[in-house]
Amino acid sequence: MDSQAIAAAPSDDEGVRRRDFIHLAAVSWAGVGVAATVVPLVYQMGPSGDVLSLSSAEVDISAIQPGQAIKTQWRKQPVFIRNLTPQEIAAAKAVPLSDLRDPQTIDERTKPGKENWLITLGVCTHLGCVPLGAAEGENRGDYGGYFCPCHGSHYDTAARIRKGPAPRNLTVPEYAFTSDTVVTIG
Amino acid sequence: MSFPWAKNYAPQHPLMQWIDEKLPLPRFVYNAVGAGYPVPRNLNYWWNFGVLAGFALVIQIVTGIILAMHYYASTGGAFNSVEHIMRDVNAGWLLRYAHMNGASFFFIVVYTHIFRGLYFGSYKAPREMIWLLGVVIFLLMMATAFMGYVLPWGQMSFWGAQVITGFFSAIPLVGETLREWLLGGFAPDQAALNRFFSLHYLLPFVILGVVILHIWALHIPGSSNPTGVEVKDEQDTVPFHPYYTAKDGFGLCIFLILFFTLVFFAPNLLGHPDNYIEANPLSTPAHIVPEWYFWPFYAILRAFTGNFMGIDAKLWGVLAMFASIALLFFLPWLDRSPVRSATYRPVYKKFFWVLVADVALLGVCGVMPASQPWIILSQIGAIYYFAHFLIILPMISRNERALPMPTSITAAVLGEGAAKTAPAA
Repeated sequence: MDSQAIAAAPSDDEGVRRRDFIHLAAVSWAGVGVAATVVPLVYQMGPSGDVLSLSSAEVDISAIQPGQAIKTQWRKQPVFIRNLTPQEIAAAKAVPLSDLRDPQTIDERTKPGKENWLITLGVCTHLGCVPLGAAEGENRGDYGGYFCPCHGSHYDTAARIRKGPAPRNLTVPEYAFTSDTVVTIG
Repeated sequence: MSFPWAKNYAPQHPLMQWIDEKLPLPRFVYNAVGAGYPVPRNLNYWWNFGVLAGFALVIQIVTGIILAMHYYASTGGAFNSVEHIMRDVNAGWLLRYAHMNGASFFFIVVYTHIFRGLYFGSYKAPREMIWLLGVVIFLLMMATAFMGYVLPWGQMSFWGAQVITGFFSAIPLVGETLREWLLGGFAPDQAALNRFFSLHYLLPFVILGVVILHIWALHIPGSSNPTGVEVKDEQDTVPFHPYYTAKDGFGLCIFLILFFTLVFFAPNLLGHPDNYIEANPLSTPAHIVPEWYFWPFYAILRAFTGNFMGIDAKLWGVLAMFASIALLFFLPWLDRSPVRSATYRPVYKKFFWVLVADVALLGVCGVMPASQPWIILSQIGAIYYFAHFLIILPMISRNERALPMPTSITAAVLGEGAAKTAPAA
């Protein structure tokens, strides 16, 4: 009886192990299948090809006088192009970096030799409203730049966050001056 | 799942007997909302609001399916198709106004239902699961209402979508990518509108499913009641039908009178005129506010104005807003008092009304511009809201001395003597 049981045991064990292996392999493979199915289901949600293809915008800036700004669009988002006055540049330079929530100098936010051209997304870094201040006569906030009416964020003349809930300065998109009067965003 | 004295379904008609053998659906209805469901005899009118919420869901599904037959989910056509419904579709104005105000009434009813649960301790054992499922329904309702509000593609629709999907960009590292994934673009556009329409059509049926689970979970311990004393024997209950079908029917009439008063005489009272301006991605309305039912949560979102403990204000706001709802999931374990009803909890009763006032204050802060004194008031309101659940409630439940409670539901209704002499069924 004992010897029989001992003799039978290894083969039983092997049978069980083989079953376990088949079970595990089958379920794992089904898991791989499920994971592979999820990929396109998740992937389809992202920006589609036609949305991504709106990747650059050319803007003629010759008509913007110092102190003026225009609103244009890039990737369906508003972009502010502002021609800063010397006073505004001086005001931005006078601020010590330690006073800033997101420390950046105005030189880091403009192109060399073109520091009067401040080009930023017109998208508040808080929750994405369009700040006021680009059009004539709009509220420019406590720091003379932009003011977001949604939740009260104030940006300075270099569009840096100074007060309110927004965490970062207005984003400076990728851009290049294709000539003195034309800028390509994106 | 029910009390032993629940009436048994015994169909007389041969056809009903035949159906009962093949698919006992009539039996199921009889046991769920018919004479087969014994309910405490002392329910007051606050107990109408569950049925009213179910009715509001039906109004939304029926009007919504019809609106979808005339609505066109495109950024160029959505706004015009809503105007087409309003001006050209036969009875379109009625269906849209009913759907619009139906959403508001759904929230009025559900908020009342939630505060009923808070006052009478309906979330306590053995009814925790009903409460948890209720919070899930509430979250689904918020998501559905938000996406529905985007569909007309007016200014408030667009900027609401921008701001609310902006919540996700507060998440460190992956936030911006996640937001673009949710929107299918860099700003709300065709992709976002289309998927919101798809989900806005889907979620009400998910809500319906969770409502069925909510009622199923309710029918296991049976309904709570204003005394919070559990049912002891048959004289404590009456059959749901005809007693509560009649009482709920009366409540429903009042509900419909109020609902149609708004639909017919002030359909835009709870809406915002800016949403009758087509979406303009280049111009944010001067004063954007969500629909009234989100105001308290919006105030909590805006209460954080500065960075704090190394986390920026934006992330704090978003975390606090989600936490204010997530907190409700823990309520059955935060309030350890064995006494359910605030009627017998003198201290809790006072703080309950302070909480109601606090949520009302947050609501007012949520609609006001983001400037003083509203910022400081919303900060006080938000702190109090969290303190109520995390500090005050656990402390009260430890120290409070409850008032004497009736020995049974029948005693509460008829007096102690009547209960004792009443026949023991």
